[in-house]
Amino acid sequence: MRVKSYQRKLDIKNGCIDLSHGSGGRATTQLVLGLFHEAFGNEWLARCNDQSAFGVRSGRMVMTTDSYVVSPLFFPGGNIGSLAVHGTVNDVAMAGARPLYLAASFILEEGFRLSDLKAVADSMGAAARAAGVHIITGDTKVVERGKADGLFISTTGVGVLANGLELSAENARIGDRVLVSGCLGDHGVAIMSRRHNLAFQVDIVSDSAALHDLVAVMVAAGGAGIRVMRDPTRGGLAATLNEIAHQSSLGFRLQEEAIPVKPAVTAACELLGLDPLHVANEGKLVAIVAADMADAVLAAMKAHPLGCDAADIGEAVADHHHLVQMSTSFGGRRIVDWLSGEQLPRIC
Amino acid sequence: MKYADEFRDKTMAQGLARAIGIEADPQRAYRFMEFCGGHTHVIFRYGLEDLLPANVRLIHGPGCPVCVLPASRIDMAIRLAARPQVILCVYGDLMRVPGSQGQSLLRARALGADIRMVYSTLDAIRIAEQALDQEVVFFAIGFETTTPATAVMIRLAKKKRLKNLSVFCNHVLTPPAMQSILESPDIRALGRAEIDGFIGPAHVSAIIGTEPYGRLAEEFGEPIVIAGFEPLDVMQAILMLVRQVNDGRSEVENQYSRAVRPEGNRRAIEEVSNVFELRDQFEWRGLGLIQDSALKLKRPYAKFDAEARFVMHELPVVDNPACECGAILRGVKSPVDCKLFGTVCTPETPIGSCMVSSEGACAAHWTYGRGRDYQLRRA
Repeated sequence: MRVKSYQRKLDIKNGCIDLSHGSGGRATTQLVLGLFHEAFGNEWLARCNDQSAFGVRSGRMVMTTDSYVVSPLFFPGGNIGSLAVHGTVNDVAMAGARPLYLAASFILEEGFRLSDLKAVADSMGAAARAAGVHIITGDTKVVERGKADGLFISTTGVGVLANGLELSAENARIGDRVLVSGCLGDHGVAIMSRRHNLAFQVDIVSDSAALHDLVAVMVAAGGAGIRVMRDPTRGGLAATLNEIAHQSSLGFRLQEEAIPVKPAVTAACELLGLDPLHVANEGKLVAIVAADMADAVLAAMKAHPLGCDAADIGEAVADHHHLVQMSTSFGGRRIVDWLSGEQLPRIC
Repeated sequence: MKYADEFRDKTMAQGLARAIGIEADPQRAYRFMEFCGGHTHVIFRYGLEDLLPANVRLIHGPGCPVCVLPASRIDMAIRLAARPQVILCVYGDLMRVPGSQGQSLLRARALGADIRMVYSTLDAIRIAEQALDQEVVFFAIGFETTTPATAVMIRLAKKKRLKNLSVFCNHVLTPPAMQSILESPDIRALGRAEIDGFIGPAHVSAIIGTEPYGRLAEEFGEPIVIAGFEPLDVMQAILMLVRQVNDGRSEVENQYSRAVRPEGNRRAIEEVSNVFELRDQFEWRGLGLIQDSALKLKRPYAKFDAEARFVMHELPVVDNPACECGAILRGVKSPVDCKLFGTVCTPETPIGSCMVSSEGACAAHWTYGRGRDYQLRRA
């Protein structure tokens, strides 16, 4: 379908979203074709249907969905668009699966600049292409000014599990090792450094990245020795390990000195009174791996560019209170608890 | 991280722990109160109690600004924020502090009140300048550490002739609270304090210096060691306290000499004394009414006083009778002695204020230390 020539061209440079872009009329079509199809371009979208059909291969399918409401929309190392691809790709990948297709929904606030929307869509397209996934269907809605914070994106991902793996958070066993794929807290600190009421100078960029390739080399090295994989996003490593501890009915014992955190992230967290273990990541994973396979998996991680700072940070232990405990670098011991409520800065 | 890692060195910590172990007399108990919530947080976060001999015990004091704020003051702020036209600026810690009947500023905001988290008093000035048709109130809270920033804000507001900015003042003073703890009948049982020494405040002392503690050390025979907020600072301060106790000394010593001078920060003290004067009395959660323990605005700045501007009234609030925050803040009880601790009162659903801030004794104990309780119970 071609946009008819009598219609005014989408003014991406100066234009902004208005309610007509969500009306289902010509303006909607123009936006979808002129902006989203341009950015995502693929054979499925080109058919302009309300859905896309794709072939199903042998093996089990994996499906996930996630919404992205990040503020600010643009941050060092990415934007809401790349995040919406990476986050959902990673959720599929954490099952040990290969992500194939994405669906994307956009809630746009009246007045949102088309140039910003194009930047977000282009970055989604680029992230999807780099990850080898296709955005094959989507939806656009426009809400009145004040009813959304510029732009919300929701993405749904589908992938295929061909390797017979059954990763699940209840699979951790006592004695398993805890591996992380790199330095923690980069994403959360990068975002906080750009919040308008908290702007501070820091050279940290978001770690937002698609991890399925790293997962594939880990699975090749560790096979069924990999019990659980999770990406520690909101709530950080602390939340992820507490979830697994509860689901697997055991505890974890970590070594603080082994946990990789960049000095700039540590410093920013000190300044704000935050714990790096509670801060979000968007390009890191935690793997619980059988002790006899841990070294092989860790070596495979370290050989991959997204896992070069990977580390073995502790082990699963028997604990009917399901606590995550940590031997501090100071020689003491403490609990690594869930975050309570929102991370609030301390007074003094 | 430079200038921080040096104060978190494991080998040095073990050296200090050994020295404490050798020098502490096994025949007696050493009960030291860390007054400041900042120290409480460090003690739990680094697991310092694991490094100490069993007869050296730390008692967690009331030095957490949100923990000693009575629920009635939160209620006053909530009622104020509910007024149309009012923008209430608060430090983040305050958002979850429970007022009466399960209210909090966080909930008030969800219900539509304009409450904004700020990181600096200068943020409040900026907000006031941008919202000239609204009333901006800064919820001032904290010990001597945060008071100078409020004083500067008020001075600037006067200079800028900002008519729409005022202060809900809850600034409190450390030495009167320490004195109140020592005079508390619970503590002075049999005429003798059950506290053998104080780990003195870090940042507070950087402002007020070491001199204000002299009278306390002398009058009550209590050793006081001003300590920094890094774990090695605390370990070294404990060793210094053990030595004072062993020698029968009760002096004010300054472990935190890299930041604290005997006379304090003159400039900050001056800023504060220009703007503030003593309140006759102020209610502290857990400690009750303490004479001359808080600040109010001086007459020339009285028009910046939100309590007067908005005719705010304090309505008494009865705390949950089972909540032991009061006894915990005085160091008489420990969090595990409270029936509510870890049952209905957790950081997600705080009943008492000690469970709110990460510096509160209950929250720190629950978040970092409850594994030790489980272990003790098993043993």
